[in-house]
Amino acid sequence: MTPDTLLTLAVATLLLPLCGFVLMIFFGKRLPRQGDWLSTSVIAVSLGMAVVILAAKIGSYGGETLTLNFTWVDLHNVPLIGPLPIILGVAVDNLTAVMLVVVTLISTLVHLFSIGYMHGDIRYSRYFAYLGFFSFSMLMIVLANNLFLLYVGWELVGISSYLLIGHWYEKKSASNAAIKAFLVNRVGDFGFFLGIAMLFMTFHTFGLREIFEGIGAGRLPFESNWWLTAAGVLLFCGAVGKSAQFPLHVWLPDAMEGPTPVSALIHAATMVAAGVYLVARIFPLMTADALLVVAYIGAITAFISATIAITQNDIKKVLAYSTISQLGYMIMGLGVGAYSAGFFHLVTHAMFKAGLFLGSGSIIHAMHNALHHENDHATDAQDLRNMGGLRKAMPVTFWTFVVYTLAICGVPLTSGFLSKDEILAGTLAFGGMSGHVIIPVIGFLVAGLTAFYMFRVVILAFLGDHKDAARFSHLRESPMVMTIPLVVLAILSVFVFYSFNPFDASDSWIVRAVGRPDSVVPPSMAAPSTEAFEEAAHGLHGTAMLLSLSVAGIGVLFAFVTYYWRKINADAVASALGPAYRFLLNKWYFDEIYQAVIVNGTLALSRILRWFDGNIVDGLVNGTGWVTRGISSVSGMFDTYVVDGIVNLTGYLSGVGGLALRKFQTGRVQSYVIFAVLSVMVFYFVFRLI
Amino acid sequence: MEQYIPIVIMIGVGAAAGIVFTNINRWIGPKRPSEEKLSTYESGMEPVRSARERFSVKFYLVAMLFIVFDVEIVFMYPWAVLFRQLGMFGFVEMVVFIAILLVGYIYILKKGALQWH
Amino acid sequence: MIMTPQDYIAALPLGIVAVTAFLVLLIEAFRDGSVRVTSWLTALGLAAAFFVAMTRVFGAAPGTAFFGMYATGAFPDLMTAVFCVSGILTVLLSSAYLGKEHLVQGEYYAVLLSAVAGMIMMAAAADLVFFFLGLELMSIAFYILAGFARGRLMSNEAGLKYFLLGAFSTGFLLYGIALVYGATGRTAISAIPSHSLALAHSPVFVVGLALVLVGLLFKVAAFPFHMWAPDVYEGAPTTVSGFMATGGKAAAFSGFLLIFSPLALNALPTLSDVISLIAAASMILGNIVAVSQTSIKRMLAYSSIAHAGYILAGVVAGNRMGAEGVIFYLAAYTLMNIGAFGVVSILESGDGTGVTYDECAGLSRRAPVLSGLMAVFMFSLTGIPPFAGFFGKYYVFAGAIGGGYTWLAIIGVLMSVVSASYYLRLVVLMYFKEGTERNSSVSVPAASLAALVIAAIGLLGLGLFPSLLLQLTAWCF
Repeated sequence: MTPDTLLTLAVATLLLPLCGFVLMIFFGKRLPRQGDWLSTSVIAVSLGMAVVILAAKIGSYGGETLTLNFTWVDLHNVPLIGPLPIILGVAVDNLTAVMLVVVTLISTLVHLFSIGYMHGDIRYSRYFAYLGFFSFSMLMIVLANNLFLLYVGWELVGISSYLLIGHWYEKKSASNAAIKAFLVNRVGDFGFFLGIAMLFMTFHTFGLREIFEGIGAGRLPFESNWWLTAAGVLLFCGAVGKSAQFPLHVWLPDAMEGPTPVSALIHAATMVAAGVYLVARIFPLMTADALLVVAYIGAITAFISATIAITQNDIKKVLAYSTISQLGYMIMGLGVGAYSAGFFHLVTHAMFKAGLFLGSGSIIHAMHNALHHENDHATDAQDLRNMGGLRKAMPVTFWTFVVYTLAICGVPLTSGFLSKDEILAGTLAFGGMSGHVIIPVIGFLVAGLTAFYMFRVVILAFLGDHKDAARFSHLRESPMVMTIPLVVLAILSVFVFYSFNPFDASDSWIVRAVGRPDSVVPPSMAAPSTEAFEEAAHGLHGTAMLLSLSVAGIGVLFAFVTYYWRKINADAVASALGPAYRFLLNKWYFDEIYQAVIVNGTLALSRILRWFDGNIVDGLVNGTGWVTRGISSVSGMFDTYVVDGIVNLTGYLSGVGGLALRKFQTGRVQSYVIFAVLSVMVFYFVFRLI
Repeated sequence: MEQYIPIVIMIGVGAAAGIVFTNINRWIGPKRPSEEKLSTYESGMEPVRSARERFSVKFYLVAMLFIVFDVEIVFMYPWAVLFRQLGMFGFVEMVVFIAILLVGYIYILKKGALQWH
Repeated sequence: MIMTPQDYIAALPLGIVAVTAFLVLLIEAFRDGSVRVTSWLTALGLAAAFFVAMTRVFGAAPGTAFFGMYATGAFPDLMTAVFCVSGILTVLLSSAYLGKEHLVQGEYYAVLLSAVAGMIMMAAAADLVFFFLGLELMSIAFYILAGFARGRLMSNEAGLKYFLLGAFSTGFLLYGIALVYGATGRTAISAIPSHSLALAHSPVFVVGLALVLVGLLFKVAAFPFHMWAPDVYEGAPTTVSGFMATGGKAAAFSGFLLIFSPLALNALPTLSDVISLIAAASMILGNIVAVSQTSIKRMLAYSSIAHAGYILAGVVAGNRMGAEGVIFYLAAYTLMNIGAFGVVSILESGDGTGVTYDECAGLSRRAPVLSGLMAVFMFSLTGIPPFAGFFGKYYVFAGAIGGGYTWLAIIGVLMSVVSASYYLRLVVLMYFKEGTERNSSVSVPAASLAALVIAAIGLLGLGLFPSLLLQLTAWCF
């Protein structure tokens, strides 16, 4: 396949979902079945093309980057800058090719699943239209070879996320969650925007390759290393917002108000991974300091959200915190320099986490129908405490859910084991090389916590007996259209698709294809080189594997002891730990802190300003008024005679002027002509005088 | 300026001639007015009412159309004189020109602009 | 003298438009009142001319046909495309509007086509005499169109006023052409730059050019020759106002680009200074008076004076960027201004009274689609990205800065800020104010809606991908 064909295919993959969106938004309601087949087949075609692109790219082009540029607009000579053509374009490298497949694959499966899950929804066709719009925007991020298009896609996925979280906008909580997601993302995007602006000011281009070349040639923002670190951190702010990293992670759990397939697609597998993808894209310009910030943010996020996940009872909330935690893992992996591992985890996580969400969707769907049968509207269909024993009623959902859980816990023979092990080995190497030992410690701790809370979900939902026998008799397995995606994702969570060796991912095709790019920052600022890092990581694989397996085993064991065999009473532990438990249950009080500091702070500031306005300014005004009154009575005489005289004179003069002007404005053609001729004469004399 | 002197003389003579010829009969002719002489000349007919009255708009329409076509026809004289030199080009151009005129003519004909009633 | 078929092929778009005009006239003569056929035939003819012109723009080298009378190349063809778009949109908007105003007559379309033919002749003029012919063909058609609503006093007044002042300005133009001929012995437009260098101090030549300038300034409604514009635009049928303000202005500005080309202007700095003063005065007057208008149509009329000022800034820049900017601006302006006039034409009640700002309050609830489209046009007229109006302004002002007229660009930007007050006021009224009429929903005819949607998509397309047009304008100079 020639590079042109491949790039054409890539652009077609990008534009097809957009066409689908346009058709659906205008004609969706009038199509048979409200057009769900149209959206689904469009994205399926995109998937087919993405697979072809991936095969051709890795098969025939190796590590080459194929680029298609076009001059978006030539601004010619911009004052102070000089000639400025804005060149945009798309590029396909291995990272992009893998992401294309991941995005279109998850999107296709979610489309399929939604046909069952959203059946009978009031805005069925609009839902599918928005899914298509999201796919388009996400693919734009993936394909962009410049920060401009990347930013446009970045904002567009934000908009589609907003629209889909608020899909059931009649629900106050849903519309609030949508607004919260949008606003919190604005904070991160502001930093992202500043970072782009800084780089554009320096290099006068948005192209990533050109920026890297510029830095490699020694041109730095404001001629300073420090500013280069700042640029990297600012760009990373965008990732913090989009990937729900500490301290901007608060929007993601609320975003679970959206339909569950949306959570699977946008808030688990693809959009939130865009932040990770962004860090991978800008990796070459990250200085060692910037990467350290990235690693710590990732580690903190992974830890905080894993602790919160333990205490949550809403199945989707647990999964949401688990997503944040895993995203923190990936970010941490990139930060420590385990580039391929971080990205590899993005891919495997996309599969099993989308599966977990779709599985939870299947459970919620079944629970909802059962509750509906009983006319029970009080019981929460998403609360783990109301579930139990679903294994017998929903075997397909159960077994696939178990596969995903094993994968996320990092049990051997699953995909998750491969990628997690790579990241953990990377953190160990990093800890050894840099002395930041807290990062590997957090890494292993979170691995144990993950195993614990995930098995807690499995035990509470599927094992044991159902609380309500009558309800249990109404529980049914979901239809084929929903279970097929589950099975596909479960199969894709097995090691063999990624590496033939189930215990070592270093030979995995993804790790090989997506090699860590060379850093372009000045050597004094750069992180340890790829070779040094890999050498350190290689020897630590065995250690990492043993450690991670044992912490995971401990986590699973604790889960079974507590929730299955009930040797430990969870409630007793909770009440014994009292304040600590409440601290976790309330999510470390992040929302409350933000409410108190930022929201109330803003309100208080506005109240202070109003008070200032009402008392000080008004007082001043009143005081001035009093003084003025005194003076004015004195100057009254002056006023009456002199000022009024002047005012009247002015009025009279402008009245005369107005009359004169009105002579020209009466709509009479003669006066227009006279005015024109007079003007010509005036110009003639000006002309002669110049 | 000297070369303009003949022109000034020319203008003067022209103006004088105009003024003299328009007024010469007023100055030297006899004046014996009667009612018959002062009435409007209508080729011997008795004038029955005032000449200042409203005409049907159709007069204007016909007059306008006459002028339009009349002026267009003038264009054909120089063309006819130079017909041989202009050759095929001139012929084609004139056919186009006449075709355009014809479209206009057909239009006014079908619209009834030439029908009196 | 030998005439080749190439000459006729060069003038193919003009031929298509003219023949369509005759066909429409004949159909009207034989099948009185079959306006459905004539309106579609008109649109079809214009579309055919558009496509013929567009296929020839890319890579076309400039040349002449008909013995140096008719210019060929990218510029006339691109401008032809702009005129045809203006015409097509007007035709689509007119069919419903004329019905509402009881003006259904096939002659309307024949006259409209004649006007487009005149515009094409202006843009394709290689000789001042030919340019004058085109100008007259267009202007006479405009006089008729402005007074087309024969039963309405305002329309009669508009037609008569436009005729009188148009005739007056024609006098200036023709006298100017005569003086230029007298000074140089030639009327070829291509000779003007070299004469400007040689005769920069010859009073006859310079005054001749200045008079041509006056004639053109009349046509684009620039200060101080703008006074007819508000009265005529307000009185004429609304779709006609939109057509005159876009196609007519674009044609007159193509005259500017031809006669006052960068080469000529650089040789005559005093003339450039005069034009720059006029541009500044037009921007200031148009914008400031537009702020205080209550009728949307009159506001658009004054704003069109302001836009003439912006475009003149691109002309006066005297460089390639400014000239390309003028073409881009004209294309964008055609779309957004016809769109704005089109929305007004739909909102009008049909009794000849215009639409005021107050009547638009709460419009978004009664007519959501129409309000959305109007908002697009208003944003674009203000010059807010991502709509095409932004890049039009950018190129024109950046060209002016490049040509040493930084002060003019500063005035332009400041005046654009002023213009936001009256353009965006309409958007605010439509979306954030409660209207008095709650229940009456506005019905939007399908053809009119199609025209507005085409205009909005065009604005968005040119705003997102300005290079689509800019790589064509690059061939023009």
